[in-house]
Amino acid sequence: MKFAVIVFPGSNCDRDMYHAAKEIIKEDTDLVWYENSNLEDYDAILLPGGFSYGDYLRSGSVAATSKIMKQIKEHAAKGKPVLGICNGFQILLEAGLLPGAMLRNKNLAFMCHQEPLKVVNNKTIFTSQYEKDAVISYPIAHGEGNYFCDDETLKELQENNQIVFTYEDNPNGSVADIAGIINKEGNVLGMMPHPERAVEELLGSDDGVKLFQSIVNNWRESHVVNA
Amino acid sequence: MKKVTVYITLKQGVLDPQGKAIQTSLHSLGYEEVQEARVGKFIELQIDDKEDLDARINAMCDQLLANPVIEDFRFDVEEAVQS
Repeated sequence: MKFAVIVFPGSNCDRDMYHAAKEIIKEDTDLVWYENSNLEDYDAILLPGGFSYGDYLRSGSVAATSKIMKQIKEHAAKGKPVLGICNGFQILLEAGLLPGAMLRNKNLAFMCHQEPLKVVNNKTIFTSQYEKDAVISYPIAHGEGNYFCDDETLKELQENNQIVFTYEDNPNGSVADIAGIINKEGNVLGMMPHPERAVEELLGSDDGVKLFQSIVNNWRESHVVNA
Repeated sequence: MKKVTVYITLKQGVLDPQGKAIQTSLHSLGYEEVQEARVGKFIELQIDDKEDLDARINAMCDQLLANPVIEDFRFDVEEAVQS
């Protein structure tokens, strides 16, 4: 399986994402500069955290208008996996690949610590290795992670089981404790917490490994032809 | 040449943490009469006059300058003062 980690000017979790996919999961992984326009050979796209374009206008808004987004949208439309973490999630929202928007954290502070999360939906290609309602620990690191959507969108997210992760102790004020959501088709996941920073005990948690394993296992199941 | 001023504000009903912080600070300065503070931004553009100017500015706001999920926008167009 081949992963692309898209690197925008200002991405700063790209190496962590690369480390998780390449060194921990041991899959073929490339760091792909945002001006590179060919993503055809990749099976999954990973949008890392950071401050793309310095978050100059709104978090993720400038990256969402960059040329490579057209290809990412095409890749998503084909049903291939796209995972956006932190700034990657903000980019997916700004690009309209996921519904909603981000507000400043309710306490206005940048927060960086381990946070307990619940796996609300384990029937996705990103979470199938987790038990339903498992409580896991990932770090968060964001100033604008206060997920907002209107009531109608929230109802839709709930009815379609699109809420994948919730905070146990909502740190930023997100609507309905939402920490991560998936699109209706089930192949685009955005989340604020960082599974790629929770892949070794040394880092305080290895709960993130199962997320990357889920992607690979699901890909293998649908792509490896039985002999 | 036109000068366009775009005003962007959070929609009513959307939590404005910065506004809340400002309100609290104003109260602590003794301005108890402040019932609400809301923070927005304003963007000035110098634009070559073009047909469909309003429609184009609307599209700019929709596509980039504002996020319609959480923000409202309005804009004024006036003649730019040539220096």
